[in-house]
Amino acid sequence: MNVLSVRSIVEAVLDPEIPALTLGDLGVIRDVREGKNGFEIDVTPTYSGCPATRVIHEMIAEALIKAQVNQFDIRKVLSPVWTTSWISELGKAKLEAYGIAPPNLGKSGPKSCPQCQSGSLSQISNFGSTPCQALWRCEDCLEPFNYFKCL
Amino acid sequence: MSDPRFHLALRMGDNSLILAQQNSKWCGHAPTLEEDIALANVSLDLMGHAQMWLGLAADIEAKGRTADELAFLRDSNEFRNALLCERPNIDFATTLVRQYLFDVWHLEQLGLLCAGADISVVEIAQKAFVEVQYHRQRSSSLVIKLGDGSEESHKRIQNAVEALWPYFGSLFENSDNDHFLFEAGISELPSSLRKRVVQQLSADCVQSTLILPDSVFWHKGAVQGHHTENLGYILAEMQYLQRTYPSSNW
Repeated sequence: MNVLSVRSIVEAVLDPEIPALTLGDLGVIRDVREGKNGFEIDVTPTYSGCPATRVIHEMIAEALIKAQVNQFDIRKVLSPVWTTSWISELGKAKLEAYGIAPPNLGKSGPKSCPQCQSGSLSQISNFGSTPCQALWRCEDCLEPFNYFKCL
Repeated sequence: MSDPRFHLALRMGDNSLILAQQNSKWCGHAPTLEEDIALANVSLDLMGHAQMWLGLAADIEAKGRTADELAFLRDSNEFRNALLCERPNIDFATTLVRQYLFDVWHLEQLGLLCAGADISVVEIAQKAFVEVQYHRQRSSSLVIKLGDGSEESHKRIQNAVEALWPYFGSLFENSDNDHFLFEAGISELPSSLRKRVVQQLSADCVQSTLILPDSVFWHKGAVQGHHTENLGYILAEMQYLQRTYPSSNW
């Protein structure tokens, strides 16, 4: 097993809170390298208090063991700080298809309703069901939806 | 003398930990569902910051203590949080104003720490800064809405500002360690933030129609571990499990 294949195993793990995204899409895998005692994997947290961080580490370990990689060390790194700009374009498209409006950089809210694409929107709450999401509503189809906030 | 960065990390961590603990008591009890979720989210962020700061404090101290041990096995005289953070929740107005005063200070303080000379401090400050922007936005927009709201909401928010003001100054209290941190270029003196923070509060007052007290009487002593009796009650609840079943693990 080489670094590239380990990296692809780790990046294919699904985010526990938003399983539409892989960790690769989310941009939280910062480095995978071969160290003295096996592979070293640097993972950065999204929100600092997010309970998913711990689960993510466990899921990476599980995926590696399943692929018979038994020598590894998962490290938490803070810098450079994760922001929503780390989410890939593919990740943003997946979010939208999943019903979550992707982060709209430089704007105070989502671009359009993920259900009907209307731009007539209003915010219900800046905080939602997970630390990374806000709650919005579409004024046309009247559906509430989650918005992945910009960090 | 111990590393002054230990005291900085402890102070930042204790502020976030105690405020998170206080706010989390609203979970399931806030006046609206959205506020309930917002308060829980803010608490979660603060708890995450506390974990990072206390983790850093434990690393600097290098005595084998963990962040959890610092949180759950210290007595109130060893805590360095500002007196504002330990004020009781009382009602939603008090909780909101406490958060608001803290957020305005917090964002300013984190911004300064981001520009400091110590890389471990900078990393945590940068991480927290982007999240606290949301806290500051939420609490100020609510304080403005309620301050400039009904007669009742205005009265309650104004009363809360006056009741919390004497404890707010605790955030700007200097300790000996702060002079070392300042000399080393790691952080500004806490007292130097006061003017900027009060200016920002005054700017919001134009919209919120609130009047800031002109009193300069501020309770001191938190930087030496002199707290109000309320911290004892908070710790009794927060530390109950570790005190009753020492070394129990997840």
